[in-house]
Amino acid sequence: MDKVMNKKELIVSAIQNGTVIDHIQADKLFQVIKILNLDICSNQILFGTNLISKKLNRKAIIKIQGKFFERDEISKISIVSPYATLITIQDYIVTEKYNLSLPDKIEGIVKCFNPKCITNHELVLQKFNVLDKDNIKLYCHYCQKITKQETLNFI
Amino acid sequence: MTQIKNRNLISITDFNTEEYKYILDLAAEFEKCPVQNIADGKVVATLFFEPSTRTRLSFESAASKLGAKVIGFSDATNSSAAKGETLADTIKTVACYADLIVMRHPLEGSARWASEVSGVPIINAGDGANQHPTQCLLDLYSIKKTQGTLENLNIALVGDLKYGRTVHSLVDAMSNFNTTFHLVSPESLKLPSTDKMHIKEKGSKYLQSTKIQDVIDKVDILYMTRVQRERFLDIQDYEKVKNTYLLEKSMLTNAKDNMKVLHPLPRVNEINTDVDDTLQAYYFQQAKNGVYVRQALIALILGLK
Repeated sequence: MDKVMNKKELIVSAIQNGTVIDHIQADKLFQVIKILNLDICSNQILFGTNLISKKLNRKAIIKIQGKFFERDEISKISIVSPYATLITIQDYIVTEKYNLSLPDKIEGIVKCFNPKCITNHELVLQKFNVLDKDNIKLYCHYCQKITKQETLNFI
Repeated sequence: MTQIKNRNLISITDFNTEEYKYILDLAAEFEKCPVQNIADGKVVATLFFEPSTRTRLSFESAASKLGAKVIGFSDATNSSAAKGETLADTIKTVACYADLIVMRHPLEGSARWASEVSGVPIINAGDGANQHPTQCLLDLYSIKKTQGTLENLNIALVGDLKYGRTVHSLVDAMSNFNTTFHLVSPESLKLPSTDKMHIKEKGSKYLQSTKIQDVIDKVDILYMTRVQRERFLDIQDYEKVKNTYLLEKSMLTNAKDNMKVLHPLPRVNEINTDVDDTLQAYYFQQAKNGVYVRQALIALILGLK
């Protein structure tokens, strides 16, 4: 706790228990908020954007008091902000910290952009192979079409 | 060892080059002796959720020549899909009645999905604009039969190279054989860059052109496809190019002796009927070859060969 309290330069205040999502690309902050449904979340949420970052130049950060994420929720974030870091805080102490990265396969998160894909007509679990993690390219297991960053929609 | 028994064929990439060759060799045996009652007691279901003439009849002919019984429907309006049944439920039900399901469906990915819920193997006979692997196999068979090899050939692909599913599958498969592709299409219907990348990755080559005349004396295979009016946003664009891709007998004067004209059929206005009696015309024989290839495939998947 002392260690955290000593960081007097903190721009976004510390939280006691919950999750910090750091190194979000600044221009993706509101997308991350939307994807995680934080806009309708009743927990205390602090965020900052356009913060100086060595890694990203300009980054955003979100701190959510009292909320911990499941794996599939986390991979949703890495699709829009592949360099994001997930930090779990318990009693002001960092208990877990890892870089998010897109897995090679994703399921049940993104919709196939192809209106003629079977997955947009029947109750089929959407499955993709990730062809490119930087410039998102997701290869639909069913219709074999590629969903890109600009055609990305979440379930 | 080649093991095709109980496998699905959904996409041309589901099988490897050795497996294609194995199927084509067996198809050649069926061409020599087409009627073989080896599938007596077996039931093949042909589920055509959208109409098709030659693909359905070709499969049904192939199954019949093997001695199998054929059940199914030729139009979704004759099936419980018209009552709102899901594809998954239709497939699970039909799998109780048949040993093998051949299906065509307008939605892309439908055959892959069917294979994941079916208790029996699925052969994809076309899922929207996505895949039609048996067309590709019969194209390979026709190329091999007329040229004696699949290696080092010059193949012109003419017409709609953007949306035509037979083109994508053929590019996928023939890229493995050091092919030089001559891509002939209107600007708006050029082969997608992913296919071009695939050609290069596999060590094959491609050249692009907008006129058949530019390539006709260079190629071993002239593969014609339909330029469909519905692919054009502007009808005037279609009118401008529709006759550019019309093959006529007079254009074949300088063709190589071994050159053959292929077309997945049906043709509309891509090949003048005066080409039909030339030595180069091969499209009806190509359709006939489809029966032998489908016999081979059905026999292998049912474990009868």
